[in-house]
Amino acid sequence: MAAGPAPPPGRPRAHMPHLTKMERVVVSMQDPDQGVKMRSQRLLVTVIPHAVTGSDVVQWLTQKFCISEEARRSPSHPSPEALHLGAVLVQHGYIYPLRDPRSLVLRPDETPYRFQTPYFWTSTLWPAAELDYAIYLAKKNIRKQGTLADYEKECYDRLHTKISHAWDLVLMQAREQLRAAKQRRKGDRLVIACQEQTYWLVNRPPPGAPSVLEQGPGRGFCAASRVHMTKSADFYKQEIEYCRRALGRTRVKSSVCLEAYLSFCGQRGPHDPLVSGCLPSNPWISDNDAYWVMNAPTVAAPTKLRVERWAFSFRELLEDPVGRAHFMDFLGKEFSGENLSFWEACEELRYGAQAQVPTLVDAVYQQFLAPGAARWVNIDSRTMERTLEGLRQPHRYVLDDAQLHIYMLMKKDSYPRFLKSDMYKGLLAEAGIPLETKKRVFPFSWRPRHSSPSPALLPTAVEPTAAGGPGGGDGVA
Amino acid sequence: MCDQTFLVNVFGSCDKCFKQRALRPVFKKSQQLSYCSTCAEIMATEALHENETLASLKSEAESLKGKLEEERAKLHDVELHQVAERVEALGQFVMKTRRTLKGHGNKVLCMDWCKDKRRIVSSSQDGKVIVWDSFTTNKEHAVTMPCTWVMACAYAPSGCAIACGGLDNKCSVYPLTFDKNENMAAKKKSVAMHTNYLSACSFTNSDMQILTASGDGTCALWDVESGQLLQSFHGHGADVLCLDLAPSETGNTFVSGGCDKKAMVWDMRSGQCVQAFETHESDINSVRYYPSGDAFASGSDDATCRLYDLRADREVAIYSKESIIFGASSVDFSLSGRLLFAGYNDYTINVWDVLKGSRVSILFGHENRVSTLRVSPDGTAFCSGSWDHTLRVRSSRPAWAIW
Repeated sequence: MAAGPAPPPGRPRAHMPHLTKMERVVVSMQDPDQGVKMRSQRLLVTVIPHAVTGSDVVQWLTQKFCISEEARRSPSHPSPEALHLGAVLVQHGYIYPLRDPRSLVLRPDETPYRFQTPYFWTSTLWPAAELDYAIYLAKKNIRKQGTLADYEKECYDRLHTKISHAWDLVLMQAREQLRAAKQRRKGDRLVIACQEQTYWLVNRPPPGAPSVLEQGPGRGFCAASRVHMTKSADFYKQEIEYCRRALGRTRVKSSVCLEAYLSFCGQRGPHDPLVSGCLPSNPWISDNDAYWVMNAPTVAAPTKLRVERWAFSFRELLEDPVGRAHFMDFLGKEFSGENLSFWEACEELRYGAQAQVPTLVDAVYQQFLAPGAARWVNIDSRTMERTLEGLRQPHRYVLDDAQLHIYMLMKKDSYPRFLKSDMYKGLLAEAGIPLETKKRVFPFSWRPRHSSPSPALLPTAVEPTAAGGPGGGDGVA
Repeated sequence: MCDQTFLVNVFGSCDKCFKQRALRPVFKKSQQLSYCSTCAEIMATEALHENETLASLKSEAESLKGKLEEERAKLHDVELHQVAERVEALGQFVMKTRRTLKGHGNKVLCMDWCKDKRRIVSSSQDGKVIVWDSFTTNKEHAVTMPCTWVMACAYAPSGCAIACGGLDNKCSVYPLTFDKNENMAAKKKSVAMHTNYLSACSFTNSDMQILTASGDGTCALWDVESGQLLQSFHGHGADVLCLDLAPSETGNTFVSGGCDKKAMVWDMRSGQCVQAFETHESDINSVRYYPSGDAFASGSDDATCRLYDLRADREVAIYSKESIIFGASSVDFSLSGRLLFAGYNDYTINVWDVLKGSRVSILFGHENRVSTLRVSPDGTAFCSGSWDHTLRVRSSRPAWAIW
C-alpha cells in the first residue's frame, strides 16, 4: 500500500542482514582509492559534486565481485548479475538518481547517481512516521503547486483527513523547512531534495511498485529466544544430555561420506532429466507428455533406465510399483512372498489412521505371526518374543522390530538374488530406450497440451495390501 | 520539619517455619510471601546455591559442546570440493521458463507438487489456495481459507486431498472433489492446532498423517482422521520455519530449521532430537534432504546455503558468494543431487553445483522475492513461487541435448 498506515512493524535491523551487507558495499564504493570514480555533475546551471554514472557503478560491481566470465570478455556489455545488484542497491535507496528521482532504477549509462546519506539509510529510520510524510508532501505542494503525483495527492488528502487536528503544525513545519532550505546553496538544496524524495520513494512506494520493506509476518526474534535460553537449569540439563548422547554416537570419516556423494551423483546423473535430458523428450520443453505416459506408475513395459534403477538400492525397487510387483513374483517362486506382504502390512499400520491400529495389528497377527498362521513369517525367536510381548498393548510402532528384521532379510538375501536372477536379466534385456522425438522447428505448429485425469477422480490408488483388497470407490463426478 | 519514616513491623506466623516472629516480605517466583528473618536468610543462601549450580551446569554444557566439536573435527580429513576435483564439470545449461501460472491475486507463499508430476497446489497471502494442472496451466480447484498469509500447503500422496494453514494457527485438510454441487470448504477437516502460525506442513507416506511446524517453536505429528496429536517435538528455541521428511528406508526421521539458527533432526517415533547443527548465522528458511537421505541442505537469511552430512555429523559445504546479499528462502535438489536450486529474496534463483560448490547459473524473471521452490517428483522441472503473484515452471536441458 502506498499511503495509509506505515508498513507493519517488521524485524529490527539486526535481523535484516541484507541491509547491513548492502551498507558495507555502498561504503566500500565510496572509498576514495578503491571506490567508484566520482565526478562533478552538471545539472542545468548547478554543479553537483561526488556524482557517479550508472555504468561506472555496474563496472565497479562487476570487478569487485568478479561476477561472471562474460563481463571479463566484453567489459562494455554489463553482466546481468552486476546490473541486478546495482538495481537492488538503487531500489533500497542507497544510491539515488539525480535527474529523475521519481523512479529508483539503475541505468547502466551516463545517468548520474549519488550515494544516499546515512541519515536516510533504509535501516536507520524505522518506521517512517506519518507526520513526517505529511510534512514532506506539504512541502512539495507548497513549493510548486501540482507537482504531486496522483498517488501522492491521494495520500495527501487522506493524511489531511486523518491528522486534521495537527494540520497547522504540519504546514508550519513545512514552511519552516522550506525557509531554512532557501538559505542554502542551490546545489545543496537540490541534493537534499533528491535525498528526501528517494527516502520517501522507498518508504512509501507508488502503487504497483514492490515495497522493499515488506517482510512478512513477524517472527520470534532471537532476542526472545535469548531470554528463553537463560531461563533455567533445565535447558542446560537438556543440552548436557544431548551432548553426552551425541558424543557416544559413531561418526564416519568425511572422506567416506563425501565419496558417497560422488558415487551417488555419478550413478544417478544419467537418470536426472535436468542434468542429462530425457527421452523421448522433456514434456515441459516439447509440450508432449509421452515421457509421462511411458513412465506411468503401472506400465506394462518399463523403460531401460527404470529397470536399471531397481539395481541401485532395495528402496528404489520397492518404491516403484512395477519393480515391486516383479519382486513379489520372484519371491513367489522362492516361496517367500509372505515376507514382502508382511512388510507391506506393517507399512500400512505405521502410516495408517490411528483408529485402525488395533484392527490392523490384529489382522497382521492372525495372518503372519500367530502359530500356524496362513502366511507365517520366519522371525528369530528373540524378536518374535519381543513382538508378542508388545502386542498386548498394540500401538502403531509395535511391529517395528519384526518389520526391520524381515526388511533386512529381504535386502541382504532375496534382493541380491533377484538382481542375479534370469527374471531380472530378462526384464533388463526387454526394456527399451525410447527414441528421441525430433524437435519440430519448422513449420511451427502449436501443439495442444493434453490434459490428464486428476488423481482425485481415479479410484483410490491401489496399494497391494495384505489385509483386505485394494480400496474401491468410483469417485467419478 | 523533616519527614520521619517509621519501620512497620508485622508480627505473625512465618510462611515457612510457622513460628510467631517479625515478618519480612519476600518474593519467590513473583509470589509474595512473609518470612521471618531466619528463614529469609536461609532462602538467600539457597538462591546463591542455585545460581552456583546454574553456572556450573552452564560451564559443563559449554565444555561438552567444545568436546563434541573436537570429536567432529577429528574425523574431518578432507573438504568436499577437494574430493570433487576429479568430477567432470557440468556443461552449459539452457534453463528457461516453460510455464507461467497467473491467477493468484497476491503474494504466492508456498507450493507443492502432486505425485502425478504435473499438478501443483499453491497458497497465497490473501488466503487463496489453488490447485493447478501446471502442464496445461488450467486451474482445477480453488479454496479460500478464512485466514490470510497461508504459509504452508501440501499435496497428499494419493492426490486426493490438500493440506494448508498459516496465520490461523491450524492445518486443515481439504479433500479434492469434482462435484459441482459440493463446496470444497464444506468438507474441510481441521487437523492441527498450534499456538502460533503454521509455517510448514507435509504428509508422511500416506494421506492419514501430517507433520507440521509452527511459529510456537514446536513440530507435531497428527492423525488426520481424528485430529489427534500423535507426537510433538520440542527443542527449538524460537519459531520453526521449515521441515522435510527423510527419504530413508526405515522412514523415521525428519529435519526442521528455525529462527534459532539451528537445524535439528528428529526421531518421529520417540520425539527426541537425534542431531542438531548450529552453524548458520541467521534464520533458517528452508531445509531439504539430499536424495540419498545421508545429508540435507539448508537455506538461510545469512545469504548462504549449507550442506550437512548426517553420518559425519557436520557441515560439509557452504554455497555462498560475496555478490549474493539476500537470504535464501527455499532450496531443493535435482533428482541426482548434483544440482541445488535456491530461491533468494533478491528475486533471483541461483543454481549450485553441489559437489564442486560453484554456481552453475543465476536465473532472473521474478519481479519480487522468490518465496518457494520445489523440483517436480520425477525431476523434469522445478517450480518457483514468488511475491509477484506468479509461479514459474522452469526446465533445463544440457546444451547438447535437443530436449
